[in-house]
Amino acid sequence: MTPDSFTIAGKTFTSRLLVGTGKYNSPAVMVKAHEASGAEMITVAVRRVNISDRSKESLLDYIDTSKYTLLPNTAGCYTADEAIRTARLGREAGLSNWVKLEVIGDERTLFPDNEALLEATRVLVREGFVVLPYTTDDPVVCRKLEEAGAAAVMPLGAPIGSGLGIQNANNIRIIREFSRVPVIVDAGVGTASDAALAMELGADAVLMNTAIAGAQDPIAMAEAMKLAVQAGRLAYLAGRIPRKMYANASSPVEGLVGR
Amino acid sequence: MCDKMNRGLQITLNGDRLEVAGPLTVSELLNRLEIDARRVAVEHNLVVLKRAAFGETLVRDGDQVEIVNFVGGG
Repeated sequence: MTPDSFTIAGKTFTSRLLVGTGKYNSPAVMVKAHEASGAEMITVAVRRVNISDRSKESLLDYIDTSKYTLLPNTAGCYTADEAIRTARLGREAGLSNWVKLEVIGDERTLFPDNEALLEATRVLVREGFVVLPYTTDDPVVCRKLEEAGAAAVMPLGAPIGSGLGIQNANNIRIIREFSRVPVIVDAGVGTASDAALAMELGADAVLMNTAIAGAQDPIAMAEAMKLAVQAGRLAYLAGRIPRKMYANASSPVEGLVGR
Repeated sequence: MCDKMNRGLQITLNGDRLEVAGPLTVSELLNRLEIDARRVAVEHNLVVLKRAAFGETLVRDGDQVEIVNFVGGG
């Protein structure tokens, strides 16, 4: 069997799980969770260096960049301009033109501002970035992002960090059907079954941070997520049975004793 | 330290006012702040600098400098 891989902008990945670096209690736990997840791509945020306290270790001390592809994000940006600026800085810090593009439109839900997201996508694509936009689970927005040159689309399953799971499974399915670029469900996963469901719906990959970092045992959860993504992917490829209203016996109805 | 040529430059670094002895390049600024240039990106007056340009980019009075690095995120 050929390895089941997927490709973004010419780069091939065998792991369909992307993980974050935020909210871990310690770098050591993060490193072990990353290993357990089997992920090949890891998201990082871009922030000002703390000038007054230089004692803090660098995140990059804990990420083997020969093993993992770094995906800088523009988390926390509320305008296209801020996101573009942050993406450009991330490119220089990481020496890679890949960006997880976020333009947030609302503080409480962290839902994206799709209008600004489209604008930022167009600008960054023109500048040669490989743009992976975090978007609402809206098939029309995803299509527009694809037309704007996004290398993948990343619809949310639920609000960032909410752990609510896939709120609109049908939209994810439709987005997969409409898209010619990879679909990565980004945000909202709470536990392994959520990740499996995303994959069963046809997503090419799942990106998560809080579900692993915030678990009681992040390393065990990272492994659970790895297995769930694999199981969901296999089930998707295997082709599930249609749903029926009533029972359909698995054992023969003939030859029953005493009839 | 107080070379005759040196004078205080007022710059805005990561949003805060800072006085530094100048003239100096971005490389020298990073050295003075004990920041490893390989781990950061620098924006100088809203223009993101290539790392190779740190040594030849002069910081001038009134300049705005942003120094960023990677931190944990999702």
